[in-house]
Amino acid sequence: MTTVKELPTEDWFTSGHTACPGCGGAMTVRIAMKVLGPNTVVYMPASCLLIFSDMYPFNAFRVPSLQVLFETSAICASGIKRALKRLGKEDVTVVAFAGDGGTADIGMQALSGAAERNEDILYICYDNEAYMNTGIQRSGTTPFGAWTTTTPLGPGSEGHGKGEFKKDVPRIMMAHDVPYVATASLGFPADLLKKLEKAKAKRGFRYLHVLSPCPVGWRAESDRTVDLAKMAVETGIFTLMEYEDGVFRISREPRFTPVREYLQVQGRFKHLTDEQVATIERWVKEKWERDRALAKALGPKPLPVTA
Amino acid sequence: MIEAKAISGERRMVTGDYAAAWGAMVSRPQVIAAYPITPQTMIIEHLSEFLAAKKLDAELMRVESEHSALSAVIAAEATGVRTYTATSSQGLALMHEPLFVAPPMHLPVVMSVVNRTVAAPLGIWVEHNDTMPQRDTGWMQVYVEDAQEALDMVLQAYRVAEHREVELPMMVCMDAFLVSHTIESVDLVGQESADAFLPAYKPVHAYLDPERPLVLGAASPPEYIQEVRWETDLRMRKAAEILEDVDREFGRAFGRSYGGALETYRLEDAEVGLVTLGTVTSVARDVVDLLRDQGEKVGLLKLRYFRPFPAERLRDATEQLHALGVYDRAVSFGVGGPTYIETRNALYDSHKIPIHGFLAGLGGRDVTGDDVSLMFKRTTQAATRGKRAGGVTWIGTRGVNP
Repeated sequence: MTTVKELPTEDWFTSGHTACPGCGGAMTVRIAMKVLGPNTVVYMPASCLLIFSDMYPFNAFRVPSLQVLFETSAICASGIKRALKRLGKEDVTVVAFAGDGGTADIGMQALSGAAERNEDILYICYDNEAYMNTGIQRSGTTPFGAWTTTTPLGPGSEGHGKGEFKKDVPRIMMAHDVPYVATASLGFPADLLKKLEKAKAKRGFRYLHVLSPCPVGWRAESDRTVDLAKMAVETGIFTLMEYEDGVFRISREPRFTPVREYLQVQGRFKHLTDEQVATIERWVKEKWERDRALAKALGPKPLPVTA
Repeated sequence: MIEAKAISGERRMVTGDYAAAWGAMVSRPQVIAAYPITPQTMIIEHLSEFLAAKKLDAELMRVESEHSALSAVIAAEATGVRTYTATSSQGLALMHEPLFVAPPMHLPVVMSVVNRTVAAPLGIWVEHNDTMPQRDTGWMQVYVEDAQEALDMVLQAYRVAEHREVELPMMVCMDAFLVSHTIESVDLVGQESADAFLPAYKPVHAYLDPERPLVLGAASPPEYIQEVRWETDLRMRKAAEILEDVDREFGRAFGRSYGGALETYRLEDAEVGLVTLGTVTSVARDVVDLLRDQGEKVGLLKLRYFRPFPAERLRDATEQLHALGVYDRAVSFGVGGPTYIETRNALYDSHKIPIHGFLAGLGGRDVTGDDVSLMFKRTTQAATRGKRAGGVTWIGTRGVNP
């Protein structure tokens, strides 16, 4: 396994792109491309990534890339792969990099279809928990209580940030029983690298969900991206897991540091009442009960006893 | 239409859907993606059967929606292989978004579209209100009259679409049930003659290849997009020439051709003409014969291509007419049928004759010989006015006197 220090200095997603300072999405793509290397074709939907990497006449990728539509990441990656197969280039990795809106919301139908057909593609969702490219609107993966421009604050009953909880896309993908589903966080690069390498090596449909903080949308300092990604895991808010060939594993047992520490460094949560914070704490507790139950039910099976 | 000479293919009684699927098979697409919708369903069923029988060698993607079907073949075509898909009605409406992507990216996707009513009300019978509203997406559109033409035009579509000066996608439009499910005698073109007419695909457009990294579908600021539009317009205009060559070449290879963008019938000395498109043409030919027997100087124009719209050929063919009727199976509400609108636009600069629109057969209602006779009668009456005039008449509408 490649360690962080062993990562190639060469980049396939290069500097010069126009992402905001501290962009988690750009970091995720850069690290992923170091692992995936030159024999790769990239699909990206309309997204921050497209705008900051492929605005004509500039291009930050040193591999071929395609953009068709917002909701077509999984299907277009599949179409590319099928064509490459016909051309005898099956060794080429086809990866789709999509944000949470393009994945959890508008792209879900194509994602589910491609997973059900076990298309031979790697789908990486860089989750920054809102529609950041269009200016911080709530998405299915925006967490409970978060301020966004479509969940603004105000005196009304709707004026307390997002009223719903984060959609658990990895669990939806698990239900498709694809060869590989995993979550990762920019705060734990060794774990991220391990999962990228596994995902690259496997055949069939692979889904990687990477928590990729957006300092602009999260209303946080741009040098806190990695800290935030770390805190999300250590507070238990974001579970690092792996579902590999039908076996579910929790990748890291968090320290369960106070949720409040994670919330208070982000402007999007600064309005939260004690009651809302308690709701989030309860949600974390229940999520972990469920995650542990899953690990118990779907964890590695003991070797069969031989006579 | 010229009747088929004996060629290497096998003549069998098949549906229009079968013929379209056969045309797709012998065109050797590498990637096919489709989603079932009545009355297109049999096309993908037959392709699946061809695949199971090892007659077809392709990646067949049975996807979860038409939106994905077209997106999949766009991505595959962008990777440098020949592709095929088929749909109808709501399916085409769902494809509206990806339709726009193929033309500027020079992706010559070919798609059979079985023309069907778009809800509401929900109907599965023929109407052209699925394809005609897609005219501004940059796709070429050809309308066929029977099963043989549905097959032949798939082969021709690839030749036109893949021409290096065109590189635009094409829809081969066929009327629901009247073509798709009607069993007719069809010359099932053999693989060898298909290969001779349509060689193996070598993309000349840019395609995704790790050996030569490039971006397809990049975002663009206003500094660049207008040139893309202009260049797509140029290729559509060029296609108007290429499609004529391809049809002539097809005629030489297979012994039958279709007149390119426009086929005329007994029009040479006609004073009153009628433009039809799709299966109504068959009825209209009989009506022309009938009226000719009665001494009426009438003739027919079977409009085949709606995009590119053959404005010049239409002008030349109608020069001697005193009046022209235009039949439509779709309506732009408050204005008239799309073919009527296009025809008037094409002839405005050169013709001062009355051009009258007719709407009939909407929702799949039969268009009878009497209906077509009435269209000729009304157009003949318009001819006596002798000056530029328009108007739209609804034929065969309950409670409406035409």
